[in-house]
Amino acid sequence: MNFQLIGVNHNSAPLDVRERLAISEARLPDAIRTLVKQPGVEEGMVLSTCNRVELLTSTREAADLREFLRNYFGVSPDSLHSHIYEFRQSEAVRHVFRVASSLDSMVVGEPQILGQVKEAYAVARGLGAVHSALEALLSRAFAVAKRVRTETAIGSSSVSISAVAVQLAEKIFGSLRNKTVYVVGAGKMAELAARHLIGRGASNILFTNRTYERAVQMAEAFGGKAIPFDQLYDTVGRADIVLTSTGASEPLFRRDHGEQLLNRRKNQPMFFIDIAVPRNVDPEMNRLDGMFVYDIDDLQSVAGNNSSERKKEAERAEKIIDAEVERFANRMKSLAVVPTILSLQEYCETIRQAEIDRIRSKMGVLTPDQEAAIEAMTRGIINKLLHTPITTLKSTAAEPEAATIHEIIRRIFNLNTNPKGSSNSGKSDK
Amino acid sequence: MPLFWLRTALGLYGFGLLYAVMAIWGERQRLTRIMLPAVGLGVVFHFVSVIESVKQGLLDTSLSVHQVESLLAFLLMAFFFAIYGIYRTASPGIAVFPLAFVLALSAQSFSGPPSENVEASPFGPGWKYAHVALIMIGYSALIISFVASILYLIQEKNLKAKGISGFWSRLPALATIDEIGYRVLIFGFPFMTFGLISGSILAEAKFGPDYFKDAKVLLSALMWLVYTILLYTRWSAGWRGKRAAYLAACAFAAAAVAWVANIHP
Repeated sequence: MNFQLIGVNHNSAPLDVRERLAISEARLPDAIRTLVKQPGVEEGMVLSTCNRVELLTSTREAADLREFLRNYFGVSPDSLHSHIYEFRQSEAVRHVFRVASSLDSMVVGEPQILGQVKEAYAVARGLGAVHSALEALLSRAFAVAKRVRTETAIGSSSVSISAVAVQLAEKIFGSLRNKTVYVVGAGKMAELAARHLIGRGASNILFTNRTYERAVQMAEAFGGKAIPFDQLYDTVGRADIVLTSTGASEPLFRRDHGEQLLNRRKNQPMFFIDIAVPRNVDPEMNRLDGMFVYDIDDLQSVAGNNSSERKKEAERAEKIIDAEVERFANRMKSLAVVPTILSLQEYCETIRQAEIDRIRSKMGVLTPDQEAAIEAMTRGIINKLLHTPITTLKSTAAEPEAATIHEIIRRIFNLNTNPKGSSNSGKSDK
Repeated sequence: MPLFWLRTALGLYGFGLLYAVMAIWGERQRLTRIMLPAVGLGVVFHFVSVIESVKQGLLDTSLSVHQVESLLAFLLMAFFFAIYGIYRTASPGIAVFPLAFVLALSAQSFSGPPSENVEASPFGPGWKYAHVALIMIGYSALIISFVASILYLIQEKNLKAKGISGFWSRLPALATIDEIGYRVLIFGFPFMTFGLISGSILAEAKFGPDYFKDAKVLLSALMWLVYTILLYTRWSAGWRGKRAAYLAACAFAAAAVAWVANIHP
């Protein structure tokens, strides 16, 4: 089995190049069909996401996948040359494992890529473009991705400000279902954080702004409720999470506000996400039991720490990938000897049958007991003769001398490697 | 035979102890998958041990400190698994596993004070066993609630220090820890109350109307009072965090003193 992969990703190519090579969902089946018609290509699949376009193939011999890119996309080879990467055999396997495990993603550890690889695989499989080789590779890639996710904490921490805000809110409140979010002021980042919080289940959203119309606009956009700014202090006690991003030069919330709020809320915790600069929430409030105040620097610091954590986890994941690539290569090598073993067994069986027929023609009709005795004896001889060559083929499959041993056995027994029963149907050369 | 099952359970609880120690190095997810089934099996053996021990105790009308320790260890583990089943968190195991291990270790050694003869109880041995079981469920709830308070404090400190990664990052959410502590406390309260009432009835029958002057009875009443205050303040004023932890610590200390007083009257 020869694996060959060619592609571009967010590291190798700028967006305009990736855009030219992107394949829409509607065009994907056509691209796959065209790919598997390429000379030398036996199986193929195409992965096209916003960050990468990759062609993965199993080939009989080296296929010119660059030719496919040129013809299919109509782009000149020179314009792509510096952006394309190409991997073969174990390097292709490693790349597929890394992509599925989200180690090659723009945000390392993001979970979407595995779903995208699974979708691409399903489309190719549905078209009959994936058989044994890619099937084995992809199945292993999904298992490796699962292993990486289970054995490392690569996807457990958030790395964007708004995702960190949600992560913190969940650390305080657990589920955000039925939690009330109060957005004070307007701003892109507050909007994004609110969107994230709603996405995680926060259902009651209140908006206030010095310009009431702006609060109304946002409330309509998010399905929340607008509150006049002068009612802020009367209503803020209803909120579990307060997102502040006003342009106020003095803090809107100070320690004494915090104490009042805690009294009003029977000490139920409150989480203030202060994205404003200068700050809208006095950091002193964080000293109160049950009050959690994070400003923009705190959020960035958590995101930074999470990024470093992910890097550390990615190093652990790379070790898992190394081990899995080796394991997969060994498995492929042991599978490679199967056709030879089948040919060998078939060759001996043909001789055995021929000899039994010869005895029958000489001795005439045999009794069932005699038939059984001859059957058992000849089978025993064949099994004993084949035992050593077969075990040698299996045990040395992953070793460097495997090819030599393979070749010697084929020559001794005058075999080709396409027995009748194998997947590559062909005739035995006997 | 109860001893055999208890020792088997103790061996399996060793995995729990290992979990608690190794969790310090942050290897929690994989550990949970490996250790919990082993500890769970230990709980099953422990249950068999407790049942056989009660049957044997009813026959020879005895009740020893070791039986009570074993029961407490079992109940702590049962609480742990109930919490794990509901909240999918093994974090309380960091404290519960070592405690249950030590109690089971002590229970399986047969040295110590002689067995109390429960035949002396005017209501029969079953009454005494019921009293001990009720009180032990109450104690277990109190201990778990105390552990939850400590975990709450740690998580709160982490969040306030803006450090949510690393060693303690996999603790459950504050609200979840708070809910565990509160619900366990509510669950344990009727057991503690009825345990105390049944104990008072037993003590009155044994010592007469002056039974309440006994130090261990007073300590038990004090523990119940702190327990009630703890529950009331959480319910009425929503006390959580430091204040709840301090109160839980007081109730826990009162319970520990009452326990020692009962063991060494």
